[in-house]
Amino acid sequence: MKLKLKIWRQKNAKAKGKFVDYILDDVSPEMSFLEMLDALNEKLITGGDEPVAFEHDCREGICGCCSLYINGRPHGPAEKTTTCELHMRSFKDGDTIVVEPFRAKAFPIIKDLIVDRYAFDKIIQSGGFINVNAGAAQDANTILISKEDADEAMDSATCIGCGACVAACKNASAMLFVSAKVSQFALLEQGKVEAKERVQAMVAKMDELGFGNCTNTYACEAECPKGISVANIARMNREFLTAKLT
Amino acid sequence: MTKLDAKIPDGPLAEKWTKYKANAKLVNPANRKKLDIILVGTGLAGAAAASTLGEMGYNVKAFCFQDSGRRAHSVAAQGGINATKNYKNDGDSVYRLFYDMIKGGDYRAREANVYRAAEVSSATIDQLTAQGVPFAREYGGTLDNRSFGGVQVSRTFYAKGQTGQQCLLGAYSGMSRQVTKGTVTMYERRDMLDIVVIDGKARGIIARNLVTGEIERHSGHAVILATGGYGTVYYLSTLAVNSNASAAWAAYKKGAFFANPSFIQIHPTSVPVLNDYQAKLTLMSESLRNDGRIWVPKKKADKRHANDIPEEERDYYLERRYPAFGNLVPRDVASRAAKERCDAGYGVGETGLAVNLDFKDAIAKQGKQAIENKYGNLFEMYEKITGINPYEEPMRIYPAGHYTMGGLWVDYDLQTTVPGLFAIGEANFSDHGANRLGASSLMQCAGDGYFIIPYTISNYLADEIKVDRFSTDLPEFDEAEKAVTDKLQKLLNVNGTESVTSFHKRLGKILWDYSGMSRNEEGLKKGLKLVDELKKEFWSNVRVPDTNEELNQELERAGRVADFFEVAKIIIHDGLKRTESCGAHFREESQTEGGEAMRKDKDFSYVAAWEFMGEEKDPKLHKEPLNYQYVEVKERSYK
Amino acid sequence: MAIAGLFLVVFLMVHLGINLFLLPIAENHKEMFAEAAHFMGTNWIVKVFELVLMAAFLIHIILGIVLHIQNKMARGYTYKVASKSTTSFMSKYIIWTGLVILAFLALHFYQFYFIKLGIVEAPLAANVPHPQEEHFYELAVYLFSNSMLYSILYIISFVVLGIHLNHAFQSAFQSLGLNHKKYTPAIKAVGKVYSVVVPLGYIIIPLYFILTA
Repeated sequence: MKLKLKIWRQKNAKAKGKFVDYILDDVSPEMSFLEMLDALNEKLITGGDEPVAFEHDCREGICGCCSLYINGRPHGPAEKTTTCELHMRSFKDGDTIVVEPFRAKAFPIIKDLIVDRYAFDKIIQSGGFINVNAGAAQDANTILISKEDADEAMDSATCIGCGACVAACKNASAMLFVSAKVSQFALLEQGKVEAKERVQAMVAKMDELGFGNCTNTYACEAECPKGISVANIARMNREFLTAKLT
Repeated sequence: MTKLDAKIPDGPLAEKWTKYKANAKLVNPANRKKLDIILVGTGLAGAAAASTLGEMGYNVKAFCFQDSGRRAHSVAAQGGINATKNYKNDGDSVYRLFYDMIKGGDYRAREANVYRAAEVSSATIDQLTAQGVPFAREYGGTLDNRSFGGVQVSRTFYAKGQTGQQCLLGAYSGMSRQVTKGTVTMYERRDMLDIVVIDGKARGIIARNLVTGEIERHSGHAVILATGGYGTVYYLSTLAVNSNASAAWAAYKKGAFFANPSFIQIHPTSVPVLNDYQAKLTLMSESLRNDGRIWVPKKKADKRHANDIPEEERDYYLERRYPAFGNLVPRDVASRAAKERCDAGYGVGETGLAVNLDFKDAIAKQGKQAIENKYGNLFEMYEKITGINPYEEPMRIYPAGHYTMGGLWVDYDLQTTVPGLFAIGEANFSDHGANRLGASSLMQCAGDGYFIIPYTISNYLADEIKVDRFSTDLPEFDEAEKAVTDKLQKLLNVNGTESVTSFHKRLGKILWDYSGMSRNEEGLKKGLKLVDELKKEFWSNVRVPDTNEELNQELERAGRVADFFEVAKIIIHDGLKRTESCGAHFREESQTEGGEAMRKDKDFSYVAAWEFMGEEKDPKLHKEPLNYQYVEVKERSYK
Repeated sequence: MAIAGLFLVVFLMVHLGINLFLLPIAENHKEMFAEAAHFMGTNWIVKVFELVLMAAFLIHIILGIVLHIQNKMARGYTYKVASKSTTSFMSKYIIWTGLVILAFLALHFYQFYFIKLGIVEAPLAANVPHPQEEHFYELAVYLFSNSMLYSILYIISFVVLGIHLNHAFQSAFQSLGLNHKKYTPAIKAVGKVYSVVVPLGYIIIPLYFILTA
């Protein structure tokens, strides 16, 4: 396949960026999207140019590092797929592919396609945990949790923290990310004890960091590579309102 | 010659840890905040250690090269985490898990450490559950278990196919809690490039800020490495592409011995290599072997579609060769059996380097829904990569480099041969002998981090309370920083024509061919020569774009690959020296008539700990003899 | 935002109920309309609710605009390729449909509510007898029968309102956290029906007058 790539290049956080065009002639449909970028970089390096910086690590869709906005969609055109799992068979010969970094005020660009998602860590640090010390835990089976709740908590917990929800949301809202964590703990007995404090602290931190508000467009759910449901957002809203009102 | 002292406490096996804890020195809570601990790597072991040590009140500085502590490759562990809860009432016990691990490790692990790992496993599950890890549950609300390769009990706790992710996120949340409390300071996007040793003790590190390119100095009273394994030395492996050995390697060069480097687990169920561009291999959890049946056609080079091959023309070779364990034999055995069939010409797929993993019978028996509930995400992942729907036709799998049992040599305190330098998790060598059993990696990491290192490091730090914080202006820091900057500059100065990745690929190919699943003297020697040649070529022809003042991924990679050449050499040295077959290390010269691995306990019942003797010099071997007092050393049989 | 919105949803139904008396649904529909208008204009409970209604409008509008500005700032940059994510355009453009409705509301206030308050007089040509707030029937008939442009604007406004409501109805429940595996599909269905039926009810009125003119 022959492809035209339009890639955002930006030297560092302060520099002004621009789109640069690249042509790749021999792209195999078997390649993953990142392997295609590897091939481009190989070409750039051996040609004496600077390679495109992009974030990636596990390359199996679980670490949440990869973060590209491809042709108008975070993680590209395939459903429930991270960029690293996206394969070139999703594209056609002659396609033009525009690759942009995830954009949000809370995710400043570091270089080229790499953005700083430290805001997510800050949100977790504000309350995304259960206060328990090592060694203080009781036998795991003394906490009974219905299979239904455990499975639902697991569905919420599968979030990989990639930030596609923020990138996709027209408001750059982090509600899906935050609500997935709030939900996971709200569904489990262990987490209910401090549920009220947790949801208020996390929401306050999220607002402070400059993420937008949720207007229920559900773009986040549509783009989440792990299929996290917006039902989590509703649960967080409920938790938040009850916490505020009681 | 340095004598290796594992400092194993006296007394009966089952009482050693209790006795150790009772006698270990403690640090007064008021003194803890005066003590700095540098922790490198925030995967499951590191994050667990950070949260626990922070909770105790130590001042922890945690480093990772990723942008967040949540991304370490512990996330990729799929199948589960073992613990001796015996919730299934099927005869499990601490001794049983200990025994399984010793046997699974082919009698090359240290008894006392393994027993302790089994002993703390149960508390680990309690801890993770209390932290909100959503382990799978039964309808009655209690925790569910499944069984894993190499054992005959169900002791594996799991969270769908994402157990590692959930365990790591649990530990990461605990660590985040300590960040808020101010006991843990996170340094993300930092590559640790050297250890600073002052008066024989580890006192700090040199790190490169990956965003600014700045070289930083950090001091501490002790340093913990939780930096994982070195499996990416093969280039293609199931590891994250940025996983590397550089931190452990820097420690090795500063005097920490490196143990059993040739013990590298080749995982039997990975998606096979599909093309030349491939940057990594994706693991399909071992848990799939609970329900999947592995087979190849009985006819050589049978090119028919798998679904068109009738039952009687299929060779379920694991069930045939190992009737007692069948498809659930340990990983090393399963991997070699697959290689044997493929080398003999029975492999499937275009390359002939793959075998079938078939769920037809399981789906017929349990229904598609049941299989989807258990493995849905793995099936999806497989389909995304290959475009093949495993509900309808068998998966194709092949072994791939996965886990390194070898690592920094540590004693019972998890301390390396450099005082004050500790290694936990996959970075050390201690618990898995020559082969690791499934679901025991998460177990070890969490156990080391939550329940072992807090005791052993306190025992060390108790003697350090009078030592003031170190200034990073000391000459030792100057020296270490200079060495680091010189090396980086040297890499930038080569200015050749070939990319780092290209060299890494070539190195991986050499190592896979000559020191992979099966090894022989001639091949190993040839491999060593080829690695040396390639290393020279690397240093004269690698191209690293010069953007040292800022984020430079090629420079990061170059440093790591430069170290991998040296790691590859020590792997081969170790493999050459060990002329027996044991666990994952298979020397063709040492096999039974039936092609099974043959150990030579008389000559090789030891831990091989290698000492760095200087650049371009061969490493020196030290032996820690292994004395088995609590298990009978037998031929490992899964028949 | 959501609570105010849901209150407006209820208000829309009440208002429609009265408006439908503009149509010849009963023999004495004119009297019934006048009576309803009189009741709405004089009953003290309604008066209280009128204040609540005004507050709901204000909160809904102001919050809507503030949130929109905040949200624009949160992105801080426009993607080169506009989002291709699967979302309904009804949700993406909610602020714009809202602004169209706001414009209509201004017109509506000018033409009816301010007359009711006695701030402005109805156009003379409408021949609305005094007290004018009890004779909106004549005013409505005048507006719909004499100006095609007005009727068209009116119809467009309510189509836009339908689009607004289509997303807004279930969105309000979501924002209030009223989400349930069993009931959410029902809420969504009711929302869809509401967003078609209620605006349609309003639209029928000018259509009737246009067709019978």
